[in-house]
Amino acid sequence: MSTLEVKDLWVKYYTFSGIVSAVSGVSFNLRKGEMLAVVGESGSGKSTLGLALLNMVPKPGKIVKGEVLLGGVNVLKLTPEEIRKIRGSRLSMVFQDPFTTLDPLRKIVDQFEEFLLEHGFDKSKSRSIVKEYLEAVGLPERIMYSYPHQLSGGQKQRVSIAMAIALNPEVIIADEPTTALDVVVQKQIMDLIDYIKGKYGSSIILITHDLALALERADTVMVMYGGYIMEYADKKELLNNMKHPYTKALFEALPRITTRILPKSLPGYPPDLRSPPQGCIFHPRCEYATEECRLKRPEMIEVGKGHFVACHLYR
Amino acid sequence: MDIVSKLVDVTMDFETRIFGRKRRVRAVDRVSLEVRRGEIYGLVGESGSGKSTIGRISIRLYKPTKGRVFYGKLDITELPESKLRYLRREMQLIPQDPYGAINPIQTIGEALVEPLLIHYKLSKDEAVEQAHRALEEVGLHPSTEFFTRRPRELSGGQLQRAVIARAMILKPKYIVADEPTSNLDASIRTSIIKLLLDLREKYEQSLLFITHDIALLSLIANRIGVLYLAQLFEEGPTEKIVKNPLHPYTKALLSAIPLLSDELGLEKVYLKGEIGDPSNPPRGCRLHPRCPYAMDKCKTEEPPLIMVNEGRSVKCWLYYNS
Repeated sequence: MSTLEVKDLWVKYYTFSGIVSAVSGVSFNLRKGEMLAVVGESGSGKSTLGLALLNMVPKPGKIVKGEVLLGGVNVLKLTPEEIRKIRGSRLSMVFQDPFTTLDPLRKIVDQFEEFLLEHGFDKSKSRSIVKEYLEAVGLPERIMYSYPHQLSGGQKQRVSIAMAIALNPEVIIADEPTTALDVVVQKQIMDLIDYIKGKYGSSIILITHDLALALERADTVMVMYGGYIMEYADKKELLNNMKHPYTKALFEALPRITTRILPKSLPGYPPDLRSPPQGCIFHPRCEYATEECRLKRPEMIEVGKGHFVACHLYR
Repeated sequence: MDIVSKLVDVTMDFETRIFGRKRRVRAVDRVSLEVRRGEIYGLVGESGSGKSTIGRISIRLYKPTKGRVFYGKLDITELPESKLRYLRREMQLIPQDPYGAINPIQTIGEALVEPLLIHYKLSKDEAVEQAHRALEEVGLHPSTEFFTRRPRELSGGQLQRAVIARAMILKPKYIVADEPTSNLDASIRTSIIKLLLDLREKYEQSLLFITHDIALLSLIANRIGVLYLAQLFEEGPTEKIVKNPLHPYTKALLSAIPLLSDELGLEKVYLKGEIGDPSNPPRGCRLHPRCPYAMDKCKTEEPPLIMVNEGRSVKCWLYYNS
């Protein structure tokens, strides 16, 4: 059975200037120990999706439809009290900006302990748990008594990861965990996430704009555009057998060091989600767009085992 | 060789006061480099390496604490602002954040017309016409639609085009591009780079391209300089830097590129920890606490920038033969 099942999820933001469809009909399954990368550019709905899984979509956003099943229980139907218990202990989140997730005025150990006590840990044990998990993410013990501003970006991200894994959650959602960090540190943090996945068997949803990172690290890759899933496949299958024109365009936009040829670019701009284009959401930027694409939204079709694509070209 | 911009032994200190305590940060430490006419010089480094500061010094938006700055053969280190103004036509900056680059209450058109009126004795009509042409040139078409819009009414990619249009409107000869695409999505990024390269060719500009992305530089730069904690660690022609990096830090930068680092088939180097505090850099070689090859000498003595062969230098004891 899947650890997490998402069924036909729709999220909209009700803003003054119109209704923004941020996530449109997203469904997927996440196995135990799987790393799923959700890849998309800004406005693709990937971050909103991450928040929706924890029922944390901020106002004026609203989950209008769908189910998020964690071990068969719909997270979206839980009371605020019940969901608070689940956050951190069964589903936890690592954010892009480690500079804002920690309270600047309190020592790491105090914040960490408070979080553990809230989830019913014994005060006598909490300190040793803090120590254990900071060590697990490669931080020295003295970090416990530091304030966030005394830590570097990478160290802060390690602290948030330590807190995210401390209650041994089934699913960790990491939203651009390395984007705010320098390249060399990015690699260190991704290595740490890999290590945690191996050691604790957690399922991980890695939300990222970087297709290269996804193809290097994840087991499965889901490509989103304008709130819709464009393509979903096993990493190897995707690398060898990319189907959707948007996935291909993203791949071709990666700089290839060896060829010394400037990567291809995609014409046009992302859609305005207050008035998205009719038909396939990608058609205005797609070089293969036909009349059908302008009129009819493509369904998800299975083109190979576990390889899904939403594109009229493959029907 | 024809040099457009040259920094000679440039040092830049910033002083900050935190709770009344003075703290000195050396953002650039004895860096020399030159941008040759017609070339793209790529400057790569992590945050805190001093790369943006070097860019700003080279067009004298900052005055260095020590060292000399040349534009062509002219020493502009001490040039007063009144004289620098004439040079601003020839040297322009394209900053990273396009939203900070254009006054949010100005329209795009006003932002383009303004420098023309300041620098050239043009009539308003002539300036407006040139501004329209500049917008079309950067692909903001039709220009009438963009001329009256304000920055927040444009997408990131469109606004960066407008910023480029403004930087180019005085037909400068030397451009400092400071991470011009790092805030943009992958599918937009390449088209902005292409635009910069096309304009550079059309107007025969020289370019100092500043970025943290060595993969991107490998595609566009003629030469690459690698910065670490305010110092130049390695410099050389792009081909050589990418295919045969010498400095452990350059190797680590190339090893960290997801997916593509394997294509190069290089020796992988992993660094511990993070870039240090520029106000209190490590003794000896600044990389030594993180470097897997660090020897005793690296902990106490700073290596010189060693010329290994023509046009290729590296600041590392591993390459020092006395």
